Amino acid sequence: MSAVGKLEHGAHRAGQALETVVDQAHSQELHAATSTGLDHRKLVMWVFIASETIFFAALMATYLVNRGKVTPEDGPEHLNLAVASFNTFILLFSSLTMVMALQAIENAKKRRMIFLLAATALWGLVFLGGQVYEYAELIANGITFDSNVWSSSFFALTGFHGTHVFVGIIWICMLIIRALRGGITENNHLAVELGGLYWHFVDLVWVVLFTIIYLI
Amino acid sequence: MATNVLALPRAAEPTGIMSWITTVDHKRIGILYLVTAVIFFIIGGIEALIIRTQLATPSSTLVDPATYNQVFTMHGTTMVFLALMPLNSGFGNYFVPLMIGARDMAFPRLNSLGYWLFLFGGLLLYSSFLIGGGAPDAGWFGYAPLSERAYSPTHGIDFWILSLQLLGISSIIGGLNFIVTILNMRAPGMTLNRLPLFVWGTLVTSLLAIFAIPSISVALFLLLFDRTFATSFYLPGGSGDPLLWQHLFWFFGHPEVYIMIMPSFGIISEVLATNSRKPIFGYAAMAFAFAGISFVSFTVWAHHMFAVGMSPLADAIFAGMSFVVGVPTGIKIFNWLGTIWRGSLRVNTAFLFAAGFIGQFTIGGLGGIMLAVVPVDWQITDTYFVVGHFHYTLFAGTVLALFAGTYYWFPKMTGRFLNEKLGQIHFWLTMVGMTMLFLTMHYVGVLGMPRRIYTYGPNMGWDLWNLIETIGAFIVALGVLFFIVNLFKSMRQKATATNDPWDGQTLEWATSSPPPAYNFASMIPVNSPRPLWDAKYGPHSEFASNPKKIDLSGGGNANVHLPNPSIWPLVLTIGLVIIAIGIIFGFNGGALALDISSMGMAVQSLPIAFAGGIVVFFIGLVGWIAQPAG
Repeated sequence: MSAVGKLEHGAHRAGQALETVVDQAHSQELHAATSTGLDHRKLVMWVFIASETIFFAALMATYLVNRGKVTPEDGPEHLNLAVASFNTFILLFSSLTMVMALQAIENAKKRRMIFLLAATALWGLVFLGGQVYEYAELIANGITFDSNVWSSSFFALTGFHGTHVFVGIIWICMLIIRALRGGITENNHLAVELGGLYWHFVDLVWVVLFTIIYLI
Repeated sequence: MATNVLALPRAAEPTGIMSWITTVDHKRIGILYLVTAVIFFIIGGIEALIIRTQLATPSSTLVDPATYNQVFTMHGTTMVFLALMPLNSGFGNYFVPLMIGARDMAFPRLNSLGYWLFLFGGLLLYSSFLIGGGAPDAGWFGYAPLSERAYSPTHGIDFWILSLQLLGISSIIGGLNFIVTILNMRAPGMTLNRLPLFVWGTLVTSLLAIFAIPSISVALFLLLFDRTFATSFYLPGGSGDPLLWQHLFWFFGHPEVYIMIMPSFGIISEVLATNSRKPIFGYAAMAFAFAGISFVSFTVWAHHMFAVGMSPLADAIFAGMSFVVGVPTGIKIFNWLGTIWRGSLRVNTAFLFAAGFIGQFTIGGLGGIMLAVVPVDWQITDTYFVVGHFHYTLFAGTVLALFAGTYYWFPKMTGRFLNEKLGQIHFWLTMVGMTMLFLTMHYVGVLGMPRRIYTYGPNMGWDLWNLIETIGAFIVALGVLFFIVNLFKSMRQKATATNDPWDGQTLEWATSSPPPAYNFASMIPVNSPRPLWDAKYGPHSEFASNPKKIDLSGGGNANVHLPNPSIWPLVLTIGLVIIAIGIIFGFNGGALALDISSMGMAVQSLPIAFAGGIVVFFIGLVGWIAQPAG
C-alpha cells in the first residue's frame, strides 16, 4: 500500500470511527445524516415522479395506438390548437413563477414567495379553464368521452393530466396556508421545493402531451 | 430528564387494541402484514382445494361453471395480491430496518397507510361475494373483453378493479418507503455492496413495483371506463383492441412475478449462508443478478402473448429476452450451491425448505425456458403445463422461501422457536404433496388438458393424473395444517430464544429477541456484508467456537424518542374505500347516487358515497398534515 493509500485508508477509518460514535442516551437517529445526503422527502419525491412516468407512458401509448383509428372529422380536426398553445405557454410560465417562489424564500422574502405561489396556482387555474373550454367545444361538436376510441383516449389522457394539475393547485394552496401560519421560513422551505418538483413534472408531461396530441 | 414530563421518551411498548390500530412501528406493521396475509393464504388455499376437489374426478358437479370461474379467479387474485406480495412486505417491514441498522422505516405513517390499504383492499375484494352479486370471474389476469360488462355483468369485476387499485397504491407507497429507507437509512459503513441480500431483494422488488404497477393502474382505469362510461378501449366492436389490455396487463404482470420472488431469493440467501456457517458465495454476482433479473423482466412481457399472433420478429425478440432471464437466475442457483458446498451445515427446517427450494425452483425455471420457445408455447399454452410451471415458480419458489423465512426468523420475532419435529413433518408433506400436485400438471398439460375448464369427460385419459394432483393438494394442505398448529403451539411455549440463536451474520441478530421498540441502542461498525459475524469472530474469520457476545439492544429500556402513533392513515384508507364503493355502485345510477343532471354536468349522477368518501379522505389528509410526525 502506498503512502497516499495508507493516508487515505487512515482518514477513511477515522471518518468511520467518528460516524460510529453514537449518543446512546438521547439520539433520535442512530446516525445523524441520511446515507445519500438527500432528505427522505426529497428522495421519495423523485422516486414517486419516476413511478408517475410509467402511468403517463401507459396512457400515451394508449392514445398513440388509437389516434390513427378515426377519420379527422370524428375528432382530431375539432382540436383547438390556439387554446392548447396558449395553455402550453401558461403552464410553462407557471413553472417560472414556481422557480421564482423557491428563490424568493431562499432569499428570505416570504411575502414575495406567497405572491408567486398564488400566481402559480392562478396560472394552473387558467390552464384548467382553457381545458374546460376545449372540452366544451368538443362536446358541442358532438365529440364526447364515449364517441370513439380516439375521443376516449384523448379525454382519458388529458383528463388524468388535468387531475394532476388540480392536485398541484391544492398542494400549492396548502403551501400558502402553511406559509401564512409561519410553517415555511428561509431555513425550512423543503416543502416548497417538493411542491415545485411535482409542479414541474406535471408541466413537463404537458409538453409531451402537447407534442403528441397537437403537433405530430 | 426524568423531571421533564414532556420530554419523557416512550420507549416502552404500549399495549391494547388501539395501540395496534394506530401503530407506526415497522415491526408491529410487519406482524400485521404477516398475520393478515397468512389468513388470506389459508382462504386462497381453501379455494384451491375446492378447485382440486371439483377436478378430482371427471364430470364432477361439486360446483357449477359460474361458481368455478369465481373460485379460480379469487384463488389467483388472493394468492398474488393478498398472500404472496404482503407476506414479502411483512418480512420486509420487520427485517429491512433491522438488517440495515435503522430504528424504523423512513416514513412510519406511510407504512401504516400501506397496511390499511392492503387490509381494506382485500376486504373490499371479498365483499363482492356478499354485495357484488358474485365475485369476479374473469381470471386473475382479467382478460378483456371477457371482463367487460357484456360478458361479466355482475359487480364482481368492478370490485376487482377498485380493490386492485387500492392494493396497487398500497404496493407503490410500500415500495417508495422501502427504497428511501434502504438508500437513506443504512448504518455507517453499510455501502450498497454490503447490503444483506434480503435487503437487496426488497430494494429490487420495490423498484419493480413502482415501475410496473402504474401500468396495471392505467389498464384498470380504462377497463372501468369501458364498463361504466360505455367507452370501447378493449372492445373490437368499437374499434378498440383487447390486445391493449394484454400489453398493459403483462407489462405489469411479468415484473409482478419477480416482485413476488425477489425477496424470496433474498430469504434463501440468508438462510443458506447462516445455516452453512459461511459467507454467501459470490456476493457481488448475487447482487448483480438481482439487478439483472429485474431489468430484463421489463423486456419479456409479450412472452405471455405468443399465441395472439404477433409478428415473428416480435416473437423472436421476446423469446430471446426470456432466455436471457435464465442467465442471472442460473448464477443465483449456482451461488446457492456454492454457499452450501463444504459448509458446516445445520440441517434444520429452515435449511430444508431452502434446500428444497433450490431443487424445486430449478424445475420451475426449466419449465419457463421450455415455454419461452415459441413453437413449444403455441403447443402447450393455455394447458395445465403452464399452470404447473407458474406454480413451480410461485409455490416452489416464493412459498417455500417464505416457509424457510418463517422457521428462520420466528425466534427473532417472538423469542420462541418453532417446533423442529412438526416443522420437518411440514417440510416432507409439502415436498411430496407439491410434486404430486404440480409436476403432474406438466404431464397432463402435455396430454392436452386445457386451463380454466370446470370439468372434463371420462374418456380423455386425464382421470388418474387429476386424482393424483388432488391427493397431492390435500397433502400440501395437511402440511400447512401442521404449520399452523406449530405456530400456535410454539406461541404458548416459553421464550427460550437468545439474541442470536443461529449464529447469524446480519444485524437483526445483534439485538434482543424480540427487538425493543427502538431496535438498537447503539451500532457496530459495518465493514462487510456480514457485520455481526465480523464483530463476533473478527474480520474475514472462519466459523469458530466462543464467539464474542454482541448485544445492541441497550437492555430494552434505552432512552430513545419514537414517532407518534397515528390514526390518520386508517381514516385516509376508509375515505378511499368509501370512494371506491361509490364508484362501484354510484355511476350506474344505483341507490347511492344523487341526480345532478339538471345542473348540466357531463356526468348524469354524482354518487353520494363518492362525495362522502372524498370528505373523509380530506379529513384524514388534513389530520395527517397537522399532526407532527416526530
